[in-house]
Amino acid sequence: MAEVLVYVDHVDGAVRKPTLELLTLARRIGEPVAVALGAGAEATAAVLAEHGAVKVLTADAPEFTEYLVVPKVDALQAAYDAVSPAAVLVPSSAEGKEIAARLAVRIGSGIITDATDLEAGDEGPVATQAAFAASFTTKSRVSKGTPVITVKPNSAPVEAAPAAGTVEALAVTFGALATGTKVTGRTPRESTGRPELTEAAIVVSGGRGVNGAENFHIIEALADSLGAAVGASRAAVDAGWYPHSNQVGQTGKSVSPQLYIASGISGAIQHRAGMQTSKTIVAINKDAEAPIFDLVDYGVVGDLFAVVPQLTEEIKARKG
Amino acid sequence: MSLRIVVCVKYVPDATGDRQFTEDLTVNRDDVDGLLSELDEYAVEQALQIAEEADDAEITVLTVGPEDAKDALRKALSMGADKAIHVEDDDLHGSDVMGTSLVLAKAIEKAGYDLVITGMASTDGTMGVLPAILAERLGVPQVTLLSEVKVEDGTVTGRRDGDTASEQLEASLPALVSVTDQSGEARYPSFKGIMAAKKKPVESWDLSDLDLESDEVGLEGSWTAVDSAAQRPARTAGTIVKDEGEGGKQLAEFLAGQKFI
Repeated sequence: MAEVLVYVDHVDGAVRKPTLELLTLARRIGEPVAVALGAGAEATAAVLAEHGAVKVLTADAPEFTEYLVVPKVDALQAAYDAVSPAAVLVPSSAEGKEIAARLAVRIGSGIITDATDLEAGDEGPVATQAAFAASFTTKSRVSKGTPVITVKPNSAPVEAAPAAGTVEALAVTFGALATGTKVTGRTPRESTGRPELTEAAIVVSGGRGVNGAENFHIIEALADSLGAAVGASRAAVDAGWYPHSNQVGQTGKSVSPQLYIASGISGAIQHRAGMQTSKTIVAINKDAEAPIFDLVDYGVVGDLFAVVPQLTEEIKARKG
Repeated sequence: MSLRIVVCVKYVPDATGDRQFTEDLTVNRDDVDGLLSELDEYAVEQALQIAEEADDAEITVLTVGPEDAKDALRKALSMGADKAIHVEDDDLHGSDVMGTSLVLAKAIEKAGYDLVITGMASTDGTMGVLPAILAERLGVPQVTLLSEVKVEDGTVTGRRDGDTASEQLEASLPALVSVTDQSGEARYPSFKGIMAAKKKPVESWDLSDLDLESDEVGLEGSWTAVDSAAQRPARTAGTIVKDEGEGGKQLAEFLAGQKFI
């Protein structure tokens, strides 16, 4: 059976959920061979094996943290040369997409980004994507070279599928471009304790209707009652009520959770572009004519300052 | 020595219009107005600011696209760019990101550059991979997704705000920079700028000017194939209730029914 390279996104050995979802998709088209780079790479092997990786290729070097992106491309290319896979799958993070893109150029392949599903086809893997603010669904494939495909979080279930997970050291030679962009400083983002926005199963977002930074705690309380991430519309971010890193939409982050709750968000096309692929959509808005209501599975026309706290209390009561 | 800046911009269908695919599954450009991609305005703005700081700089704005794409170039020229290059060729129709990036890289090399600046993504395709691909093709450092950028003494520095950390980056010129919508509000063209733009040179190049063959680009030469594009079925009308004092509880009941609680 053909091998499929899966690029592992991990933090000091803790594998992030989108990578485990990639393993589910990789098993549909071949045998997953995982590539884990940087500090803690070997520590990823157990969980990767549990989810179907037949082999885990690991490498660590100071270059991975001291320089931007290219050293990781060199390593992924070394894995590609060693394995000759049928496809290369990478999580659709900002960095993941850049790594995939450069690899595709080097191996003369086409690239598909932000796939929301993947299946085996007669002419190689077929990727589902959302287009035009998710008003269209397309099915595409890579027609030249080895398919390089990046996949959005929440596109597949995480499934146990125990495999060998043999760990092998990957020999990497860094090219001249590897040290081109130096990382001269790094400030970790302060953890809120909430799930990462793009990966969260539930996202609770606030918009113009929240009417001030001081009111966002209402949105946060609802999010915390559900174990959700907090999002914000561009209007709320531009007004300085919530950080840009939480912006959902065309110029912010694209999310695809199981549940999306929009509070005080009218649903302009730019916002819809970032959330329309959510599985279940709920909205709370005073304006019954707000376009967001065209998208919802359940909508409440009402004042979010009354509805959201009541919802939060009810969730807490039900969860006991 | 003059600092040569090339800004890559894209002419995109207005996102607020009713965007559709054509029969060959490429983007229908006839029924929706086009404009300079909003995210590219930030690239033009940063180029202008870098040029203002430099002793001597020249900004060339570059696009690949049909005749109408000149509108995007005019907008950038009216903001203050010095000249424009329009790569237009019938054989470019349907090019994917690999094809388009090949054309851009050839055009950038032909134009000559010290610094290439792009937006973080287009507002139509929204892939966000073109900057990295261009850096790879040009063989220069990528200094991408910057919310702050500065160029001084042949060095570009900037801040990249990622999901888990904020990074300070540094690279020597020549380099490729991409900027986010956090890099600084783009200026509006002034009346004077709009009038001046009419006199600024716009060069037109085709594939032969770039030593490219038609089968390397366009729909035929594309590295990817779209097999189908289906309009998402309209969502079956959801339940909408008016809050009469129990709206939060009713919503909780719905969420419990969907097993979210």
